[in-house]
Amino acid sequence: MRALSVLAGAVALALAGLASAQSVVFIDNAKVHTAGAAGTLANGDVVITNGVISAVGAELAAPAGATRIDAKGQPLTPGLFAGLTALGLEEISAESSTVHQSLGAPTAHVHPGETRWRPEFDVLPAYNPRSQVIGVNRVEGLTFTVLAPGALEEGSFVAGQGGAVRFDGGFDALVDGSRSLFVDLSSGAVAMSGGSRAGQYMLLDQAIREAKPAPSPMMMVSPGHGLLTPAGRDAMSRYLRGGRVVFTVDRAADIRQVIALGQRYGFQPVINGGAEAWIVANELAAAKVPVLLDALVNLPGSFDQLGARLDNAAKLHAAGVTVAFSQAGDATHNARKVRQLAGVAAANGLPWEAALAGLTSAPAKVFGIDTQIGSIEVGKTADLVLWNGDPLEVTTTATQVFVGGRAVPMQSRQTLLRDRYLAPKGERSRLYPAGR
Amino acid sequence: MRPLDLRTTALAAALALGLGTTVDARITVLKDDPYPSTYERVAATDTLIRNATVLVGEGTRLENADVLLRDGKVARVGQGLEAPNGATVVDGTGKWITPGLIDVHSHLGVYASPGLDAHSDGNEMTDPVTSQVWAEHAVWPQDPGFGTALAGGVTSMLILPGSGNLIGGRGVVLKNVPGETYQQMKFPGAPWSLKMACGENPKRFYGGRGSAPMTRMGNVAGYRNAFIEAREYLGKLDDDEPPTQDLQLETLAAAMNGEIQVQIHCYRADEMAIMLDLAEEFDFKVAAFHHGVEAYKIADRLAEAGTCGALWADWWGFKAEAYDAVQENILIVDRANEGKGCAVVHSDSQEGIQRLNQEAGKVIGVGRRAGIEVAPEHAVRWITQNAARTLGIEEQVGTLERGKMGDVVLWNQNPFSVYAKAEKVWIDGALMFDRNDPALQPVSDFTLGQEPL
Repeated sequence: MRALSVLAGAVALALAGLASAQSVVFIDNAKVHTAGAAGTLANGDVVITNGVISAVGAELAAPAGATRIDAKGQPLTPGLFAGLTALGLEEISAESSTVHQSLGAPTAHVHPGETRWRPEFDVLPAYNPRSQVIGVNRVEGLTFTVLAPGALEEGSFVAGQGGAVRFDGGFDALVDGSRSLFVDLSSGAVAMSGGSRAGQYMLLDQAIREAKPAPSPMMMVSPGHGLLTPAGRDAMSRYLRGGRVVFTVDRAADIRQVIALGQRYGFQPVINGGAEAWIVANELAAAKVPVLLDALVNLPGSFDQLGARLDNAAKLHAAGVTVAFSQAGDATHNARKVRQLAGVAAANGLPWEAALAGLTSAPAKVFGIDTQIGSIEVGKTADLVLWNGDPLEVTTTATQVFVGGRAVPMQSRQTLLRDRYLAPKGERSRLYPAGR
Repeated sequence: MRPLDLRTTALAAALALGLGTTVDARITVLKDDPYPSTYERVAATDTLIRNATVLVGEGTRLENADVLLRDGKVARVGQGLEAPNGATVVDGTGKWITPGLIDVHSHLGVYASPGLDAHSDGNEMTDPVTSQVWAEHAVWPQDPGFGTALAGGVTSMLILPGSGNLIGGRGVVLKNVPGETYQQMKFPGAPWSLKMACGENPKRFYGGRGSAPMTRMGNVAGYRNAFIEAREYLGKLDDDEPPTQDLQLETLAAAMNGEIQVQIHCYRADEMAIMLDLAEEFDFKVAAFHHGVEAYKIADRLAEAGTCGALWADWWGFKAEAYDAVQENILIVDRANEGKGCAVVHSDSQEGIQRLNQEAGKVIGVGRRAGIEVAPEHAVRWITQNAARTLGIEEQVGTLERGKMGDVVLWNQNPFSVYAKAEKVWIDGALMFDRNDPALQPVSDFTLGQEPL
């Protein structure tokens, strides 16, 4: 008896383990925008097995034991890209104790001759998946971002390294293969290069020469002369072997310089900003350099943006440039606004499918993670969003977000505050938990 | 010269009727405007826009309706209107009409594009109280942002000083018409606004320099000291020997006398409540709290005070006082006191002012998510009628009621969509923007010729 019950218990445990190992979700009857080769399926079904998309098609049979979700014809998209942000690196922008994406070096802390150039700086160890800023944005249908370091005046315009994270709540969220180096060549960064745009290229050239060919471990820092530490040379040299370098840059002339730098030194440039990118659309297409842009930028915010216009995305796409969206303004807290960028681009000539791709498959491809996320295709991680309307429309909201196949609670600190104050006030303060 | 503003006129009428017993013959602080409006409407034929969906601006919606603009004013709105002789007839089939949009919080012209050091004219941060400065004296009419705002259907806006000071100065209402001088844009008869600021901005800047205010305590002491002086000044104005004109106190006294609208940058609910008490203490009315990220926490109190909330649809988190945002803020302020709340969508942004309709659309969307359906004819009030009320120009603009200025936008579809575009914009009955006619798309002097020839 006793042996049997132990055996039965073991079988039950094994079955339970099997059941959890075989978690299957069946999303029935959605308008599936795959953001992949299959385009849009009007009455599509998606099967998710253990957090991975295992089938996509029309009229699929529900697998036995699957959790069925009736989409009632609602649009289903891949989880959206939040843009380049500091989600999980910053809580309140004006409170420096909560802001971690930029490495500055106040003069008092820098020894004479010590470099302020730290391309080895990597923001990922500071990432906090528990940040409420992520929670607020995830319920809006955003499921991944690229954490991007920012350049500070006390530092270098080579801001450091970042990479893509998925909002799965995990502490080790970096998506393999997405690590990138970030360089700020915008007008605001000119002061970091001795006050001259040309100084940027001189200093970049110097740093690249220090790092290439691969630095010898015996090479010493030369106080007052070298830009890079040994770790910095090591980091930089990795990107000079075909790595991805994201340049924040707007002016057409500078975009051409960046394309040429990439070709000369063997890295893969990505343009971020690119207000004047449409002017050099053919060069970008020929060099296969993608552009992350803010489709709301149509004013000359600076003399680097004199050519800003609303059909920038449309013109780039027409020329064959890969376009993805990222905000120029408050990209972190208001990351959810990124959908509006895609909608406005679509309203100004960008084909709708390309606009959706700019929030899904295109950024995944730009950051080398398109084999894992960014489209609704078999084998991809099931980061998905159900919407109550056109996902690019401002009146539309997400009805259910799935991360790794898990239907996440559609609540955030903001929806809890909303519910607290939408409820009629009782005898006591609203600060007492509801129901008292 | 500047006509008397409406509130002063109403007060005068009340006094004439003998209703002014408790108001004791208040004097007028602001007499003639030394920088008067030279705005002149563009001459135009009468215009009949036919067969559109019309959002009147006061909460109603008419299907297959016509709007007749005559002599620069709204003459009639209804179905099957006759076109007067010589009128221009515009087919609005499948399109939507709204009143011209109004932004109650703009820094166009005072923080102009491009954002050069030379264009940083919005914050006179040399003293925490600078009620003597006027935003209009820094408005650069060639800011390209005016033209892009016009393309977004904006026909009037309040240009405010920034929020670095406790009392930042006087704001001015402009009509969004191109001009070489701001006086050509100055909204005839609109009252000025006084800009005040709560919270972090003043205390951060001055406190950081080791001067007052360093704390929120210092902020409130700063307002009180200023208004105590202004109260004395106001009391002496009808003396036989009135005091020498004091620019700083004149603006404050006019605000206390109801001649200037008071607009307060304030995020936190508790601080807004303090400012309402301050307004009681010095007997002025707060027209609107701007930004008011926590307005939803005291929405009923705002509605009772008749104070509007000029708010964003989704911006938050950049400061501690902007941490408790909810996307339904505008909705909750709107619904306060059984729908008597006054919610306004504002921009504070050269980008946002181009898309006030989309910002309002976002609120409709989150309302739906919370189970609260808002009709377009209601939502439009957030960017028209309620905005006009905030600025004290609700008798002239903000709805398509007969006799109001002919400020009208024709949209290619329901305006609360990301795909919506303003096709035509009329100001005082004249077509000032046409998306399909480059000759009717103003190009600022700055923009002209920037594309190499």
